[in-house]
Amino acid sequence: MDSLELSSLYQLTVVRFRLLLREPEAIFWIFIFPILLAVGLGIAFRNRQPDVLQVGATTAQLTQALVTDKGLAVKTLDYAAGTHELATGQIVLLAVGANDIGAVYKYDDTNPDARTARLLADRAIQAAAGRKNAIGTADELVHETGARYIDFVVPGLLGMNLMGSAMWGLGFSIVEARQKKLLKRLVASPMARWQYLMSFLLSRLAMLVVEIMVFLGFARLAFGVPFRGSLLQLGLLCVLTSLAFSALGLLVASRARTTEAVSGLMNLVMLPMWILSGIFFSATRFPEAIQPLVRALPLTAAIEAMRGNMLQGMNIGQMIAQVGILLAWFVVPFAVSLRVFRWR
Amino acid sequence: MAEKGRVAVESARPLTEAAETGTSLLLRGVKKAFADVKAVDGLDLEVARGECFGLLGPNGAGKTTTIEICEGLTAPDAGTVELLGLNWRTGAGELRQRIGVQLQETQFPDKLTVEETLRLFRSFFKHGISVDESIETAQLEEKRTSRVGGLSGGQKQRLAMACALVGDPELLFLDEPTTGLDPQARRHLWDLVDKLKQAGRTIILTTHYMEEAERLCDRVAIMDHGRVIALGTPQQLIATVGGEDIVEFAVGSSNDSPASESRPGAPRAEVDEAMLRAIPGVQSLDVEEGLHRLSVSELHTAVPRIFAVLREQGLHLSEFRTHSASLEDVFVRLTGRKLRDG
Repeated sequence: MDSLELSSLYQLTVVRFRLLLREPEAIFWIFIFPILLAVGLGIAFRNRQPDVLQVGATTAQLTQALVTDKGLAVKTLDYAAGTHELATGQIVLLAVGANDIGAVYKYDDTNPDARTARLLADRAIQAAAGRKNAIGTADELVHETGARYIDFVVPGLLGMNLMGSAMWGLGFSIVEARQKKLLKRLVASPMARWQYLMSFLLSRLAMLVVEIMVFLGFARLAFGVPFRGSLLQLGLLCVLTSLAFSALGLLVASRARTTEAVSGLMNLVMLPMWILSGIFFSATRFPEAIQPLVRALPLTAAIEAMRGNMLQGMNIGQMIAQVGILLAWFVVPFAVSLRVFRWR
Repeated sequence: MAEKGRVAVESARPLTEAAETGTSLLLRGVKKAFADVKAVDGLDLEVARGECFGLLGPNGAGKTTTIEICEGLTAPDAGTVELLGLNWRTGAGELRQRIGVQLQETQFPDKLTVEETLRLFRSFFKHGISVDESIETAQLEEKRTSRVGGLSGGQKQRLAMACALVGDPELLFLDEPTTGLDPQARRHLWDLVDKLKQAGRTIILTTHYMEEAERLCDRVAIMDHGRVIALGTPQQLIATVGGEDIVEFAVGSSNDSPASESRPGAPRAEVDEAMLRAIPGVQSLDVEEGLHRLSVSELHTAVPRIFAVLREQGLHLSEFRTHSASLEDVFVRLTGRKLRDG
């Protein structure tokens, strides 16, 4: 056996890894679930390509004028057929040739697509009739990433995932060991107690690297989510977030005797954050009165900091408040749980 | 008792003395109460180096509390505890390295293998035997790469034993090592303990199986309600019963209907006790719920005479059995209860 084999901290950490990797459900919740969630939300809130609008015209002359606009797909229909297609939603606008005034547009002005079609159709028909632009104009198209819903929700999901895996990873395993009297058996051996707790943090941090790389890598490749801030700082924020929730998990697990009890406690602690911390929508939507509470939650601070980094390219110096909140959530619960921890 | 305790705390001399005289474990006036239950109520014990010492008693007698106080897992309310000349207050770090512990009901993680579990425990000790040696000692070679979850009860117990052995302990604590095992697995574990004894380790074990204590222990302390009620070698203790054999019988008068003969409860015919006591070889007699229990030193001559006495009184036997006197009989004689009654 080499010295690494004999190191108890190494052995404890390796054991944590093995136990996690041999738990298929854990792998699902940590790696697969956030990706599935991102895929689902990405599909639901995807930004559509500018649509080509279906329109109809009653005369060949009108049709000829309308096809010049790339935003319109035109077919020539008689009046009755056109009215029917309009009523059934197959076209959004019907251009009717009229001898006295040139053309009449039939459309529903409460439908935004129909209103757009009206503008495009009129422009095409007027141009075909010889209207000249008063001044020259040009388009410059901008497809901005970072302003989409998927860009907003990815940092939220990342924070939620870090919270879940840290709290369950520590809380559940510790209480299970206590319930099975394994904790007592370990304490009866010469094992250093701090190493036991440290092994959880070490395995958590190592797992974290894989976890965030898989999730963020997927978000980048599949949705092109932007990373405007420093990746190193984003990594640091993730580590800090994970430490804060590990400490919270440790605190929740420090006295509970059964896994049922700790599961309940854990949900009790996490539920307010699922609701209030702005995973799926901005936390600023909650009333002003509860904002101090909302902002003091570790998950709010974590998600705000990650959004700041990823979407706005802010550096840690500009997010001192959030970093301070996370640090406090790491130090205080950790110190308290070391004092009250039940080792048997 | 309290004075002795104070002496041991005050000076270091008794400690070195204990180490020199080969005392592995010394308890003086140890007390522990949980709420208002006195789990351990003034315990004095001394275990010599190389001895296999048994704490025998029913469930709730205070065996586990006693052994956990010795293991430094529970702090006593009063009294002194010394192991290997050290105490838990000042020598915990060294003691943990030098003792081996097997607890009741430890469940090792199901998804680790035998070898991984032992490697983990081995890493806690500065010195010790190799993982391979511990696997060999516990005869788990075939299960080396099996997961703990797939082991039988006996194999799990042997794994627990192996975890206690990886640090090559001078002093080994086994808390009910065979409880819940089938007879074959129990015998297998006894053989293992035998081997450890031969290697000269000091072993302290608790059990509520008298045959286990008789088979394994050099000396036994019988505990009840947190106290030691008898202490000695199994032979010495059994000798206190008086005879080598125990005769138990119940009688009914010849005209009783069979239904009323069934024990316990229904009133029974009583035998003239003076006549029984007068039989040569009968050392003692107890009657409990109609069951007569005699300790007898000359079984082959005493039994025909017992039959003769019953015949004279016109009684007939509804139950009759004999067995060699055991620790169970010691316990029954001291407490009037059976060990398993709890």
